[in-house]
Amino acid sequence: MTAEAGGHPIGLSIRGGVKVYPGTRALKGVDFDLRMGAVNVLVGENGAGKSTLMKVIAGVESLTEGRIEMAGREVHFRSKADAVKAGIGIVFQELNLFPNLTVAENIFIGHEPVRGGVDIDQTAQARATAALMARLEQDIAPETPLDHLRVGQQQIVEIAKALSQDARILILDEPTSALSAAEVEVLFRVIAELKSQGVGIVYISHRLEELIRVGDYITVLRDGEITGSRPMAGVDIPWIVRAMIGGKTKEFPRTQAAAFGDEVFRAEDVTLPRAGGGYAVDHVSLSVRKGEIVGLYGLMGAGRTEFLECVMAQHPGSGGRMVVDGTPLTERDVAGRIARGIALIPEDRKRDGLVQIMAIRENLTLSSLGLFTRAMHLDLKAEAAKAMEFVKRLTIKIASPENPVSSLSGGNQQKVVIGKALMTSPKILLMDEPSRGIDIGAKAEVFRTMRELAAQGLGILFVTSDLDEVMALSDRILVMANGRISGEYPSGTDAATVIAAATPHIRKDQAA
Amino acid sequence: MTTAIATTHPSQSWLLLVLRLRTFVALILVLAYFSVMAPNFLTAANAVIVSKHVALNAFLAIGMTFVIITGGIDLSVGSIVGLCAMVAGWLVLNGVDTGLGWTVWFNTWEIVGITLLVGIAVGFINGLLITRLNVAPFIATLGTLYIARGAALLSSDGRTFPNLGGTEEFGTASFPFIGSGSVLGLPVMIWLLVGVALGAHYVSRRTPLGRHIYAVGGNERGAALSGVKVDRVKLFVYMFSGFCAGLVGIIIASQLQAAHPATGETFELNAIAAAVLGGTSMSGGRGRIFGTIIGAFVIGILGDGLIMMGVSSFWQTVIKGVVIVLAVVIDQAQSRLQARVALAQEAAASR
Repeated sequence: MTAEAGGHPIGLSIRGGVKVYPGTRALKGVDFDLRMGAVNVLVGENGAGKSTLMKVIAGVESLTEGRIEMAGREVHFRSKADAVKAGIGIVFQELNLFPNLTVAENIFIGHEPVRGGVDIDQTAQARATAALMARLEQDIAPETPLDHLRVGQQQIVEIAKALSQDARILILDEPTSALSAAEVEVLFRVIAELKSQGVGIVYISHRLEELIRVGDYITVLRDGEITGSRPMAGVDIPWIVRAMIGGKTKEFPRTQAAAFGDEVFRAEDVTLPRAGGGYAVDHVSLSVRKGEIVGLYGLMGAGRTEFLECVMAQHPGSGGRMVVDGTPLTERDVAGRIARGIALIPEDRKRDGLVQIMAIRENLTLSSLGLFTRAMHLDLKAEAAKAMEFVKRLTIKIASPENPVSSLSGGNQQKVVIGKALMTSPKILLMDEPSRGIDIGAKAEVFRTMRELAAQGLGILFVTSDLDEVMALSDRILVMANGRISGEYPSGTDAATVIAAATPHIRKDQAA
Repeated sequence: MTTAIATTHPSQSWLLLVLRLRTFVALILVLAYFSVMAPNFLTAANAVIVSKHVALNAFLAIGMTFVIITGGIDLSVGSIVGLCAMVAGWLVLNGVDTGLGWTVWFNTWEIVGITLLVGIAVGFINGLLITRLNVAPFIATLGTLYIARGAALLSSDGRTFPNLGGTEEFGTASFPFIGSGSVLGLPVMIWLLVGVALGAHYVSRRTPLGRHIYAVGGNERGAALSGVKVDRVKLFVYMFSGFCAGLVGIIIASQLQAAHPATGETFELNAIAAAVLGGTSMSGGRGRIFGTIIGAFVIGILGDGLIMMGVSSFWQTVIKGVVIVLAVVIDQAQSRLQARVALAQEAAASR
């Protein structure tokens, strides 16, 4: 276990790591070596187990089986604090910072330098912060309020926070997903600097070019197993893609022959300005036909969700034109757009899709109460009947429609959201990551439902960052990167082409 | 989520039923206790007196319930009561001077209408502050609390409008009837309470508006994305709360045949207490009109009963506080148990 490759000692290793969550095995016997003074790149599809592996290393989760070794000795991290003590720092994809506090306060939150146990030593804190910023080559004053910083700078503050606790191992989970090209360069300089100081870095990203550029070692995960692990020399994108998705794709076969009708939805030059310049959605034009499933593939921050939100009238500042069934969409509020036949299934079920404490029936009918209303009066019998009809149609497994929707499993909750959308009799269904957070069986059912709906003439536009899903399910694939449509492909296109189109910062030929 | 117990124990569902009906159980306990301890408590005459005390708080609590279900709070209702009492008093006593040498006098119906409009208008301002200017409900209604109270004080320079008996000449002789008259043996204000309560219950259970009120409180973003017009719903609940407060202002002015600008101070707290006691969740999304009314009765009966037993009013205050805290503790226990039972049922169903 002490083998050295290229002069990079192993700082931490996992042997036979197994992590079982209720219902799934997220890690199936993983062996992983983390080399110091190098960038260890970790890549894999969503749900492949990258985050679980990192959480195990950072002490957030513990292994069900297997062991973690540092310097030849087995270690147990019972909490994140244990891992921090062992010199492991993690920067999550979602920043864990306090916008209302200053940079120095953010860095030392929870481990403030104190005098006599109570009084925060402001000068020491500021001095240490200034030193960290100098080490990271950043010109940020310690007393700057955090919300005055750009996202990229906030990311640096997160890194500084990890370093302030003497991190020898630094885990970066998709650090560039929210950064501009210039900020990515800064981050890469910081990484090179840390590397030369002997820090071992784990770098998770979906951006393959980036990985090849920054990485020294690469580990590829698929379905909780390691499918490739080697030094970066000689690795190219096709190799990564093969290791990531394997030979076969998951099966969601089309049952009926595709028969597309007329165009049901068209968006022209949809724009959404980003705070601080540029566009989150940059002149996106697309169209969906009746009975067609269009997959909108892209990485986090590509502007896919924002585009769907523009369609659903969530951004008053958005521009562009939309047409439903040949008639321009002029309604400015959600209710009006629902009435025109647009339905959205949001990405975050808990936050946007459901009212958790309300009954299953009430959630199902929330968007279509007008169906049961005559002059203010709600016909509860008709409502209950309609709710049960959709419960049966979508085979939602429930004990009683009066139970709160929060008591359902993720897959059944997702079906309730779909039911709510379908009850409004939409012409075009917008689905944002329809398979997020549901188990494999429920996933297959959701996909079968999508196929059936399309066969009944519904136009479906679905957003996903799962390559398998977009390849298997779409009649047509659109790829978004940096707020723009960067490619359009028929179903059956080579996966590598799609991935390449999704990678931002690098100019690709604007394909077909 | 498969760790929950697969079957529901009979004892568990029985316990759940008791917890669900806890406000009702509390009411019966309080009634029984005072019937035994205070000899004159269980008489028809006393029942009417108690109901009249309770009614004033119940009106405010009904309005407050809607507001709290949306996840908001309305601190201004007490001040609206004061302001509306003064408006009604002014109209009865002084009419409206047009500044052209003649004065417009209104009859009772018109005075009631105008006063209610004033209450609704203050609620509308609350709603605008909260929806358009994004002021937190606590702050917005705290502001209108002071403004409305100040306006009430200004209207009479802090003095009382006395002798609101009204005159036949201007059609205001019927003004005292609202607060002290009876129809079919029941006070008018009780009939009014029955009407408002039934109406509010109907809205909450049988109209899209009511469903939207619950949805906004349960998950505002989710409701908005489902096509609920969140701002309109919020405007409605604050206007309705203002309406209820206006009604109370009229009733008090009519009952006392006098309007004092300090009328209604701390009423908002009693209204919140009644709503919470009746099972309304301060975090929004949960609550029932009838629960609130029972809550108002528990508080009212507790107060009146303790007075009849000769308990010091200082102790009454302590007891009221204890009951409210206890109610919320039990409420937490109930929602946990209910969630567990539902989870167990659904886990069993998905197997």
